[in-house]
Amino acid sequence: MTTHETTGKVQGSSDGQDQESFDLRLYVAGHSPKSVQAIENLRRVCDEYLPGRYHIELIDLVEHPKLARGDEIIAVPTLVRRLPEPMRKIIGDLSDTERVLVGLQLRPEGG
Amino acid sequence: MGTSTKPRARSLVQRRLAKAPTGIRGFDQITDGGLPRGRPTLVTGASGSGKTLFGIEFLVRGARDFDEPGVLMTFEESAADVAENVASLGFDLAQIQKDGLLVVDAVHVDPGGILAAGAFDLDGLFIRLASAVDEVGAKRVVLDTIEVLFGALGNEGIVRGELGRLFGWLKDRGLTAVVTGERGREGQLTRFGIEEYVSDCVIVLDHRVCEEISTRRLRVAKYRGSEHGTNEYPFLITNKGLAVLPLTSVGLSYGASTQRVSTGMPQLDHMLGGGVYCGTTVMVTGGAGTGKTTLAAQMVEVACARGERALFISFEESPQQLVRNMASVGIDLGRWVEAGLLQVWSERATMFGLESHLARLEEFLDDTEPTVVALDAMASLAHAGSPYEVTAAVTRELDLIKARGITGVLTALTRDGEVETSTVAVSSLVDTWLLVRNVESDGERNRLLFVIKSRGTEHSNQVREFVLTRHGAELVDVSVGPQGVVTGSARVALETGRREAEVARREDFAQRRASLSRRSAEMDAQIAVLRAQFEQEATALEREIAQESRHDEQSTRALSALSEARADGALMQPGQEEDQR
Repeated sequence: MTTHETTGKVQGSSDGQDQESFDLRLYVAGHSPKSVQAIENLRRVCDEYLPGRYHIELIDLVEHPKLARGDEIIAVPTLVRRLPEPMRKIIGDLSDTERVLVGLQLRPEGG
Repeated sequence: MGTSTKPRARSLVQRRLAKAPTGIRGFDQITDGGLPRGRPTLVTGASGSGKTLFGIEFLVRGARDFDEPGVLMTFEESAADVAENVASLGFDLAQIQKDGLLVVDAVHVDPGGILAAGAFDLDGLFIRLASAVDEVGAKRVVLDTIEVLFGALGNEGIVRGELGRLFGWLKDRGLTAVVTGERGREGQLTRFGIEEYVSDCVIVLDHRVCEEISTRRLRVAKYRGSEHGTNEYPFLITNKGLAVLPLTSVGLSYGASTQRVSTGMPQLDHMLGGGVYCGTTVMVTGGAGTGKTTLAAQMVEVACARGERALFISFEESPQQLVRNMASVGIDLGRWVEAGLLQVWSERATMFGLESHLARLEEFLDDTEPTVVALDAMASLAHAGSPYEVTAAVTRELDLIKARGITGVLTALTRDGEVETSTVAVSSLVDTWLLVRNVESDGERNRLLFVIKSRGTEHSNQVREFVLTRHGAELVDVSVGPQGVVTGSARVALETGRREAEVARREDFAQRRASLSRRSAEMDAQIAVLRAQFEQEATALEREIAQESRHDEQSTRALSALSEARADGALMQPGQEEDQR
């Protein structure tokens, strides 16, 4: 239960031509319940709303503490939308799907 | 058994709290050793009050002087900005980082770009901090200003819980931490109440602007398990870091010199029993135009003449003005300025505020290393703050000067008859107090000089007239006339009168002596006459006596002739002869 895949790639199909693809990075800390939940929630949201056009990089800060400085990570879990620009950060276990969609700008805020 | 056991007085074992010295000048003194070791300390204050500098100096001194590496985690500035801001205090953060004694982690939180979607914790922060601490083996941590997280992460409940966990974690790791916080409204120590997590030591910094003059102050609001000064202490940001000025614990550990320094006026030196002691402070008070500056300049002048360096701080005149004005009373300061012995520093006291004035004074003292410093005039400082602040600042000034064994001259403007409170407060700090008073009489103002006090010195209780001549200031013995002390032209008049009277008296004597000798001659003549008369009489008498005796002889002879003639007849008895007549 100590090591998880440090950079796991979950590749979806890429048939949506006219829509931009999402480059996501998820920072977690070991195998805490919040981390595990965040990974599950993210996959679910992506499969549902971004089928075939997303790429997730998973970073475990316990393994790579220095990487926290690169993306200015304070809270865990943190999801970073690296592409499309601009960069967005969503913190939490991503259990609030509506907020995740707002954060990824897949849904207008307040809508 | 019935033996009663008396409760024995328990010996109090003084468990002293372990402390981590900050190395900040004055601060360790008022906290009896520094910050609580292995515990977090909250440093709170409004923006610009010096919280960050306090934290950074704590780290820099720790790394450089106490062999305690540190971590700076800043939430407000970039690492480059931090390094640049403290470079002016002489802190080379880059070098200390290179030496492996410091890690600077600038945490950038963009409040607009973070959205919370579900439960989170601050493990990211913990991991970053732990990694930095491990990197250099840190003993000290500064978090500046962690409250930013409240605004940035939205969910206050979570942040609050996580901060509690963070402070617990810092304590567990035995890290001496400084956590800065922004001062809240209405007397709250911090905006988000983080003082509830930091219960050991709270330091409040204040940057007050009063009548357009700013003063920084520091107060130890709380220090569990330790003695600490409870006052508000003014502090400065100098080019060597912070300096807390513990007014009430002004060190009294100056060396006491027995060497005397001339005031430049032999008469005044004489009044003071041979001059002032080296390294003491002289205060000259007096009304406007009483020659206070001249007195100060004269002391500076003689120091330069001895080949020593001097500093003249003028709040009233520019260096050129001072040199010119002093030249008019025969004190040539210009040549000493040219010779590099005298430095004249002019500034308006109000320009930078008292604290920076003090900082600059210290800089000047360090740079020029003078033996005599003149401060002209203290009253100008009064515009730079409240009387209390002025007193505090002057105390510090004197302290800075005395601690270096420098002889100081301080002038202060007072109105005749009344002395300002700041002067009174300062008077207890000075060793010699000279008062110059204007005396108005006969349509002129004259100056009188009094020695009000002079510690450790026999000093004259007499008043002298203080005269500004073309060749400097001089003291003149005053004349005491029937109306008291007489000065100026009245003194001159009195002295002239006295001289005239003396001449008259002398003439009178001569006259009387002449008359006496004349009378003596007369007397001699009379005696001669009398003697002549006497002799005449005596001679006359002698003559008479001689005649008489001649007459007697004749009669005796006649008688004897008669008796011889009668010898044939009866012998006549004298008695019978008598009866017959």
